[in-house]
Amino acid sequence: MWLIALKMLFHDRAKYLGLIIGVAFSTLLINQQMGIFLGLLSRAGAIIQDVPEADIWVMDPGVKNLDTVFPLRDTELGRVRGVPGVAWAVPFFKSNATVRTATGELESALLIGVDDSSLIGMPPNVIMGSIEDLRRPDAVAVGRDGFGKVWRNQKIELGKTVELNDRRAIVVAVVQDSPKFTSSITFFTRYSQALQYTNNGRNQMSFVLAKSMPGNTAELVADNIYARTGLQALTSEKFRDKAIQYVIDNTGIPVSFGTVIALGILVGVCVVGLMFNLFVLENLRHFAVLKAIGMRNSRLIAMVLLQATVVGCVGYSVGLFGAACFFEFAGRNPNFAGFFLPWRIGLASGGVAAAIICMSSLVALRRLLFVDPAIVFRG
Amino acid sequence: MESPSAQKSPGEDAVVCRAIVKEFGDGQARVRVLRGIDLTIPIGATTFLVGPSGCGKTTLISVIAGLLRPTSGEVDVLGYRISKMRGGRLMKFRARNLGFIFQQFNLIPALTAAENASVSLVVQGMSLAAARRTSDSLLDRLGMSDNKNKFPNQLSGGQQQRVAIARALAHSPRIVICDEPTASLDADTGKAVMELLQDVARAPDRAVIVVTHDNRIFPFADHLATMSDGHIDSLDQPLVEDA
Repeated sequence: MWLIALKMLFHDRAKYLGLIIGVAFSTLLINQQMGIFLGLLSRAGAIIQDVPEADIWVMDPGVKNLDTVFPLRDTELGRVRGVPGVAWAVPFFKSNATVRTATGELESALLIGVDDSSLIGMPPNVIMGSIEDLRRPDAVAVGRDGFGKVWRNQKIELGKTVELNDRRAIVVAVVQDSPKFTSSITFFTRYSQALQYTNNGRNQMSFVLAKSMPGNTAELVADNIYARTGLQALTSEKFRDKAIQYVIDNTGIPVSFGTVIALGILVGVCVVGLMFNLFVLENLRHFAVLKAIGMRNSRLIAMVLLQATVVGCVGYSVGLFGAACFFEFAGRNPNFAGFFLPWRIGLASGGVAAAIICMSSLVALRRLLFVDPAIVFRG
Repeated sequence: MESPSAQKSPGEDAVVCRAIVKEFGDGQARVRVLRGIDLTIPIGATTFLVGPSGCGKTTLISVIAGLLRPTSGEVDVLGYRISKMRGGRLMKFRARNLGFIFQQFNLIPALTAAENASVSLVVQGMSLAAARRTSDSLLDRLGMSDNKNKFPNQLSGGQQQRVAIARALAHSPRIVICDEPTASLDADTGKAVMELLQDVARAPDRAVIVVTHDNRIFPFADHLATMSDGHIDSLDQPLVEDA
């Protein structure tokens, strides 16, 4: 019986292919769009993610995300250090800068200034060079993707010089940083050096990074900082969530991606539903013959469900493979760096594929159950 | 009309129809297709149901096969009141006791000749591989040894009907119901198919019911029930001419 069901399914190759493509297309679209969407959202909190040492971020009370910051007074650093439960606190500078690439073009870059003495705030993964070399004059570290943008098609090497806000900068290290939301080029330097690159004076501290003492939760220490200083203090997780929520609330990105995903599901339902219905309709006479010669409805239902399951599984696998290939190959392009396919999305798209197949099967089963076996005698 | 064999005990008759009425539609659109059919079909014989188009032949065999429920009246098949059977019991009864041969063959295009012939055994729960062993010998008897692995679209009409005969007989049903088995075949092929059907289907414990327009195959009948306008006009022994 199972074999007969499968042979019936595979016999009409065009229809079988159409069914597979329908499910695969939906699965691919859901995974690809969701992956990009989540990748983009994670970029909103990329800077936080790159500083794993700090568990508290202190900032002006009005700050909602990482891109719109209001500078803190230099004295705030001392106040934060004085809050009970704070193990250490360091300044963190973030600003936009203009960089002239090797071909003479201008690009927007992100300039991060980290604590001069501890160098806390640097991404932990160093690809080439030494972070300690940042203590040298005009020394900067650059993110790997940023290096590729400034020095296109050139091998990664140290000692390269670049114009950063019209000042000379020498690359002493290349680091693996997380892709950012607004810029793919990130330069890291000491806090004092960063102030020179931006030609700003005192009181330019974007954030204070702090660490809670052992035995104190970050939440509690953050609350203490707020109570003592009046500054906004958030744990890394909360700040990242806030930055992501800001993107969700204030951009059309979720609606845009949501629309594409909804269309993918709709197309999947329509294509698979119609094709599967057509498949059952074309085989209705054969199902009626089986019914006439004594096959029970339950076994006919099992046959159709098997066919639907095979279509769902194969289509889902093809779609998921396509999405995985997309992220594998597209991820090599710096513009897509950091986009990934979380297993939960893969699983969820499996649920959607199952729902598409269930809906399609229900329509087909309705026809099957109500088919009059006496049609076998009609010419 | 009452058939000659109506006086026999129920166990000896293949089919006994009593006052069968079958109506389709409701209200003004209601059509009465069978108008009180009384008919007894004996076991061990081939009975032909003949008559003009629209006289109710196909409806009658659908009722006999349990595919349609009569509006009123009773149908006993092999001593069982099939007109009262429902659901799984009816399906099981049909699967065990009835075999069907259709005008359009109704073979499943995705299956080979051997697989199509095995379907009636698969319906009874046998695996396709085991069913093939049984149906293969039947196909051999029907002269289809060289065509077992061909798909229906690779077979001629006559060959397809032989596969359909094998499918109808593979599970050794007590009653074989044939709807216009030669209508889609030329005269010679039709005659050959009927000869094969007679050869493999006739048995002392089996009844063959054939609905047909084709008077060239009347000589294959043991009994000829003539229908018109939803009635059985006569049930006779046919005049045997050159078959």
